[in-house]
Amino acid sequence: MSTTRAVVLAGGLSYERQVSLRSGRRVIEALRHAGVETVQLDADGQLLAQLADIAPDAVFVALHGSAGEDGALRDVLDLLGLPFVGSTAPSCRLAWDKPCAKSALDTAGILTPPSVVLPHSTFRELGAAALLDRLVDRLGLPLMVKPTQGGSALGAHAVERAENLPAAMVSCFGYGDTALVERLIRGTEVGVSVVEIATGIQALPAVEVVAADGVNDYRARYTAGMSTWHAPARISDDIAEDLAKVALRTHEVLGLRDLSRVDAIVDDEGRVHVLEANVAPGMTETSLFPLAVQTAKLDLAELCKELVERAAARGPSPPLAGPSTQVRLSPRPEPHPSPEP
Amino acid sequence: MSGTTHDNFARSYATRARGMTASEIRALFSVASRPEVVSLAGGMPYTAALPMDSVAAMLGNLVTDRGTVALQYATAQGDPQLRELICTVMGLEGVDASPDDIVITVGSQQGLDLIGRIFLDPGDVVIAEGPSYVGALAVFAAAESEVIHVAMDADGLMPEALGETLDRLARTGRPAKLLYTVPAFQNPTGVTLAPRRRLQVLETAARHNVIVIEDNPYGLLGFTPPPLTALRGYDTPGVIYLGTFSKTFAPGFRVGWVLAPPAVRDKLVLANEAGVLCPPTFSQLAVTTYFETQPWQDQIKVFVELYRERRDATLAALHDLLPSGCAWTVPDGGFYVWLTLPTGLDAKAMLPRAIAERVAYVPGTAFYANGDGSGELRLSYCYPPPDRIREGIRRLAGVLEVELDLLATFGPAAIHGSGTESPLRTPRSDSPGPELA
Repeated sequence: MSTTRAVVLAGGLSYERQVSLRSGRRVIEALRHAGVETVQLDADGQLLAQLADIAPDAVFVALHGSAGEDGALRDVLDLLGLPFVGSTAPSCRLAWDKPCAKSALDTAGILTPPSVVLPHSTFRELGAAALLDRLVDRLGLPLMVKPTQGGSALGAHAVERAENLPAAMVSCFGYGDTALVERLIRGTEVGVSVVEIATGIQALPAVEVVAADGVNDYRARYTAGMSTWHAPARISDDIAEDLAKVALRTHEVLGLRDLSRVDAIVDDEGRVHVLEANVAPGMTETSLFPLAVQTAKLDLAELCKELVERAAARGPSPPLAGPSTQVRLSPRPEPHPSPEP
Repeated sequence: MSGTTHDNFARSYATRARGMTASEIRALFSVASRPEVVSLAGGMPYTAALPMDSVAAMLGNLVTDRGTVALQYATAQGDPQLRELICTVMGLEGVDASPDDIVITVGSQQGLDLIGRIFLDPGDVVIAEGPSYVGALAVFAAAESEVIHVAMDADGLMPEALGETLDRLARTGRPAKLLYTVPAFQNPTGVTLAPRRRLQVLETAARHNVIVIEDNPYGLLGFTPPPLTALRGYDTPGVIYLGTFSKTFAPGFRVGWVLAPPAVRDKLVLANEAGVLCPPTFSQLAVTTYFETQPWQDQIKVFVELYRERRDATLAALHDLLPSGCAWTVPDGGFYVWLTLPTGLDAKAMLPRAIAERVAYVPGTAFYANGDGSGELRLSYCYPPPDRIREGIRRLAGVLEVELDLLATFGPAAIHGSGTESPLRTPRSDSPGPELA
């Protein structure tokens, strides 16, 4: 029996509440199975008092969507002096904002689909029709339209024909004020999970997703039976190795910690295009991370336990230095992450 | 290396299970029950208005005094004393019935399911108002029947449109089998079938040998007494009546009933036995005791005044706050207002923005079997207090302003239907769960 006491944060108020609750349940079961005393909390008005009351050794953030992945809640945990599993707030902010993450990856030489980022206000002020035409001219078809922030494919639309672009834009803007329009890369859709454990930082075997009707949308992702997951992915050893390198490099460039999942497309020529990195990978029964763990012949319960114990041993983030420094919720300089605490 | 679907039974499901998938809309609704969100989505009765102390004492006594009966199996038709009582309740709406013709069910929803089981073969045609109750559409989908909607106006189902639809179906060799209708304060529109139309509807259905399924959960929740005569109260055969205690008492007991002619009743009893063995005995005795020992008619008046105040708050807020181009129904009872958006807005597409602004509603598409209703939505005023209703509609107005701005930016090409190729489908699972139905 572990002496570590953990809190799993799940739920929240984002669009991904339902997914988060399912992820949280899976993590709780895993931790309890591994003998870790675990309590589930929601991110609501009771949270601070509950955390103060429980005083956990570490917090496992299974919140998806804003708050859980945009760094805000991790800043709160820092303020409370609580250690947590996963990436720091500044790294979350970078990964959460897809265009910023793409820029960082581009700079590091990691391939991402060509894209344009435009807020609704730009279309309103400059005229939508001409801009959309130019978008299609520049990026070509098909396109993928998605909110710059968020996950689970909510608000994401594949566009095959130019006349369907306006509706996709309007739908996307329902989830956020800025749209990321990418060239849709055809190929093998994969997720590569990365974990930092005692044996070092490790890319787990890539998991390939094939949606039954070709569209890997929310329905396909969270309805068992609607997609087929291949673990390991049906790719050559060379490409698998390349994928692992790209995933580890992405994890490093974005400054991620403990665990992440890098989503990518392997095109017909074997090139790896990174779509995004997730700081709170889904843990549901149809999620890629647990399947990758299983494929790597690791035990999810033991892995979760190790991550919690490592977070507890790492302790809370160091206090902000300097006499003039005030408590703040904005990014602060982040040392280059290391696989070891 | 065949991969996994995470579902070993994926190849085994019945065809009718195909629409049972995860959906974006249900994901969004998972946030709606949080207190930060003003939920105008859920059609939940305001049970906090019940005299809880009296109900608690009553339930305690029930176990103490009659526990061996209340906690035991009973007959599939339901408790005789409760069926007597139901006749009294239905009498308030002009229904003269025998307790022998009543079958107690697990809410009227199960009554509807039993009707689907005994009447509908795959491909049968069911007529329903457009829009119609989402729970009924789910039952008809499970029966693999086809729902044809008939237009309504402020006076409810339009008899002429009904006649034309029935004629057309008969001509094409696919005559309708059932007409499903909620004639009083309809879910989702709040509209009531006008008295002068009631006989016309009944005669039109009878002329085409169509069985009328009258679902009447809200009939005693009218703001202008006395209650209208139910369709079953007219002296015409061919009406099967569904009732419930969910709105006049409490939905947690899950007690409803079907009133049907003897031949149908016998089949319903057998179907009930196959489905649930017997309706819950404890709930039946609890309801009976409540109606025999508590001032239930006064309690209905309490509910009605409470819902009237909330209806008024809703209508005032809609009038004061919504942008031009919106239109809405004016219910004289029940729980719901049906809102029609300015041309081009899509209630389903704007739901994420509404959730982000902490207000929830049910998009109109949930209430149509054919994907219509994108420019409409249902607002429920039964649960939040008036000040929260106004705040919710203030938030909704802000959402509409942004959506109108988007529409102005992207123009008619962005109107729903011209649209996207991926996730904007309308699977059956886009309808909300029971707490929102």
